[in-house]
Amino acid sequence: MVGDLLTVKNLKVVFHTYRGIIKALNGVYLWVDKGKRLGVVGETGCGKSVTSLSIMRLIEEPGEVMEGEIIFDGKNLLELSEEEMMKIRGKEMSMIFQEPVSALNPVFKVGYQIAESISHAEGISIKEAYSKVKDALEMVGLDWKRVINLYPHELSGGMAQRVMIAMALVTRPKLLIADEPTSALDVTIQAQILDLLDELITKLGSSVILITHNLGVAAQFCDNIAVMYAGNVVEYASTEKIFSNPLHPYTKGLIKAVPRVSRKGEIEGIPGSVPDLVHPPSGCRFHPRCPAFIKGKCEKEKPELIEVEKNHYVACHLYKG
Amino acid sequence: MEEKAQISRWEPLIEDLKHTAYLWKKNKLAMFGGIIILAFIVVAIFAPVIAPYDPYEQNLANRLSPPSWEHLLGTDQYGRDIFSRIVWGTRIELKIIFLVTVISTSIGIVIGIVSGYFGGVVDEVLMRITDMFLAFPSLVLAMAFASALGPSLTNAIIAISIVSWTVYARLVRAETIKIKNMPYIEAIRSLGASTPRILFLHIFPMTVSPVLVQMTLRMGSIILSAAGLGFLGLGAQPPTPEWGAMVSDGRLYIMNAWWISTFSGFAIALVVLGFNFLGDGVRDIMDPRLRR
Amino acid sequence: MKLLSFILRRLFLMIIVLFGILVIVFFIAKIIPADPVGALLGGNAPPELVDELKHKLGLDRPLSQQFFDYIKGAVKGDFGVSLKTNRPVIEDIKEYFPATLELSIFAIIISVVIGMFLGIFSAVKRNSFIDHFSRVFSIMGVSMPVFWTGLLLLLLFYYILGWLPGSGRLSLFVLPPEQKTGLILIDSLLEGNWEAFWDGLKHIILPAFVLGYASSASIARMTRASVLDVLKQDYIRTAKAKGLPKRIVIYKHALRNALIPVVTIIGLRFGSLLEGAVLTETIFGWPGLGRYIVNALLVLDYPAIMGGTFFIALVYSIANLIVDIIYAILDPRMRI
Repeated sequence: MVGDLLTVKNLKVVFHTYRGIIKALNGVYLWVDKGKRLGVVGETGCGKSVTSLSIMRLIEEPGEVMEGEIIFDGKNLLELSEEEMMKIRGKEMSMIFQEPVSALNPVFKVGYQIAESISHAEGISIKEAYSKVKDALEMVGLDWKRVINLYPHELSGGMAQRVMIAMALVTRPKLLIADEPTSALDVTIQAQILDLLDELITKLGSSVILITHNLGVAAQFCDNIAVMYAGNVVEYASTEKIFSNPLHPYTKGLIKAVPRVSRKGEIEGIPGSVPDLVHPPSGCRFHPRCPAFIKGKCEKEKPELIEVEKNHYVACHLYKG
Repeated sequence: MEEKAQISRWEPLIEDLKHTAYLWKKNKLAMFGGIIILAFIVVAIFAPVIAPYDPYEQNLANRLSPPSWEHLLGTDQYGRDIFSRIVWGTRIELKIIFLVTVISTSIGIVIGIVSGYFGGVVDEVLMRITDMFLAFPSLVLAMAFASALGPSLTNAIIAISIVSWTVYARLVRAETIKIKNMPYIEAIRSLGASTPRILFLHIFPMTVSPVLVQMTLRMGSIILSAAGLGFLGLGAQPPTPEWGAMVSDGRLYIMNAWWISTFSGFAIALVVLGFNFLGDGVRDIMDPRLRR
Repeated sequence: MKLLSFILRRLFLMIIVLFGILVIVFFIAKIIPADPVGALLGGNAPPELVDELKHKLGLDRPLSQQFFDYIKGAVKGDFGVSLKTNRPVIEDIKEYFPATLELSIFAIIISVVIGMFLGIFSAVKRNSFIDHFSRVFSIMGVSMPVFWTGLLLLLLFYYILGWLPGSGRLSLFVLPPEQKTGLILIDSLLEGNWEAFWDGLKHIILPAFVLGYASSASIARMTRASVLDVLKQDYIRTAKAKGLPKRIVIYKHALRNALIPVVTIIGLRFGSLLEGAVLTETIFGWPGLGRYIVNALLVLDYPAIMGGTFFIALVYSIANLIVDIIYAILDPRMRI
């Protein structure tokens, strides 16, 4: 379970709160190869964002990384100093977020913020970087003359997301982490942004981790999909395999829950609700909701992520390696 | 296997209270403030029992004597026991706080709701009037009113109320505007609810919470304003044991009888401190953002 | 362009408000139940003298006429003659205002420096010693009545220790500098008059600190709250994700946003400075506008009351206007 660009091994992250300790990530395994795109899919609260922030080492109190390895391009990120990490962030690894307008600093003009990214990545002054802002804005399909002097609150959601993409990709990162980049946008704009990302990423040859709760988006954009539930990756396979042969009961439930025009009949949801991560269910965290629950096994032992068929991994007691 | 999630209707409330208790305990300062204020109220209620002497009783033979066992905080220029005067002064302060708060919140709420709900010209005019009152530093305006009406405790209370309502008016107006535009108000209106009904039953209750927070935050400054007026001679008149006036009395004797001004001023500071801690605590607890 | 129209609109509003202030001040003066003429002349003055004085003061004209004259005069800067000093009120104001201005400016500088430093430090180094110290310091600052703090510090530094003078702006034996700005510290610097400068400094430091203490507490709390609030925002997360060093994230990205509300607080504090000046000037015998108004109130010198109060409101309004403008410059979202 190794990727030649990024490998996440047994990542455990907790949050200390008034209610107790939230065991957000319970031993997450993830990997991405160079030039490939991984979709991380799951319900709200399953730990997708926490995983991405951990990879960027942006987890701060009350959160804490307890265990695990994050190997990026040969280096274990969890062992790096903050200075070394800063050289990676914004340069080799970039991130874009869900609410683009509030992710931009309201008191600085758009051009300045992009120039700042360029300046940081290339080690030049912001003034020098300014000349490259034009190309960056054109790359994302914006009218640079108009946009360069605007303030974030003057942009529409779609425009702001394009600016964020410009900021993230202008440094030609090896890995782009996109945390629900289209969830806050209108459907038509979503499609545009995804097309833009597709085009730019292909040109740059970067890898992508696309986090989304929308299976359709993941299907369209990603090579591989990792399904997460309550702090674990429960299934990992190519997009094609996930849809043609989903193995984990949760994955099956997710796919059945997506309304499709071709199918008739009721939409089946997954009964029950997302577990409380302060007192998570024992053993397999999905067992209280699982239709294939094996009494005596599933609530006692946590299933590990194992390869069940070529390049198809599942964490479930129903399957042997 | 299915699990039926049973959430009783009390669970969210209990969760909320638990969270409030957690925040409260964490906020030691707020608890400390609460204790001070509690003590303040207790002293005010039991003043006749707690004070060893009559606050108006003069004893010229004993004037300007330093703190001793007979007179815990010393005596003033007329031989009156400072400790007793401070104790009885709590009643005056309490009266001031209560009346000013009631008057200013009433005016503020009415103006705020009317302004926010009806909008348009009414709103513009009322807001301009509010601006006019806000254009004065409040103590200066209170001073002007207090001296114009004639220095007395009642007039001081009126004066402070006049400069205090603006805060509530603006707050309530902002809340009213928020609520006014909510869909459920539209719904009620289309069902034929009359305007007064909407104002009383639906809008007013929603403004109570932020007003309460603001009230606690402002109590400290009410005391400071009252003490300031008292200090300048524009509040309660002698021989009433108002703390600000007592500090002013002591000023003449500061060199040889420092205790008069010092202890009176300390009483003011302590009570204001209590209200500030308490107010901060209330605000922290009620602030939805900080509740995360 | 947006900025300019914003400023013009605010200016226009201010003028309307100033008019309203004049109305309020006039109203205050007219509700004074005491009879100013009687107070001046004594109870047994002959009626002709009373009438003459009444006529001279314009008190025999109908109320609306008096209001009109008052407004006319105010616009010209004529507030009548002080019943106590027998000088045009405007002259009194001109004489006493610089002292208050100097005191306020000095106090604001002290409070901003102390306040911001403590506030930023507490927010960035949470729960450290400085954080706890500054919270206690701040809360004490807004709780202690200004006249009490002033009295106690006066007791300590003047009566007991004798380090600092007790009242006034300059000692009697020091030659004051030539009046250019009316601000002693500046004027003496301009002249190179070191003796006056040091003496003036010694006189101003205590009242300015007392006046500024409450404000510094407010500013510290506001700064801390604002910085903490900003640090939670999405765009700070973006800045970190861009790989920017923590120092830049805080001092550039966070502070620029966090200081915006602080600027408004500074502006508002300027107003409370003006009212604190009233009490501080009284304690320290500082010959400023605050003390002038207090004296006027106590003897019911109503031209002085009206003129002085209006002037303070005017200064306050201008200060608020400047704050609004600065706010709009700092925060582009505000230029509506």
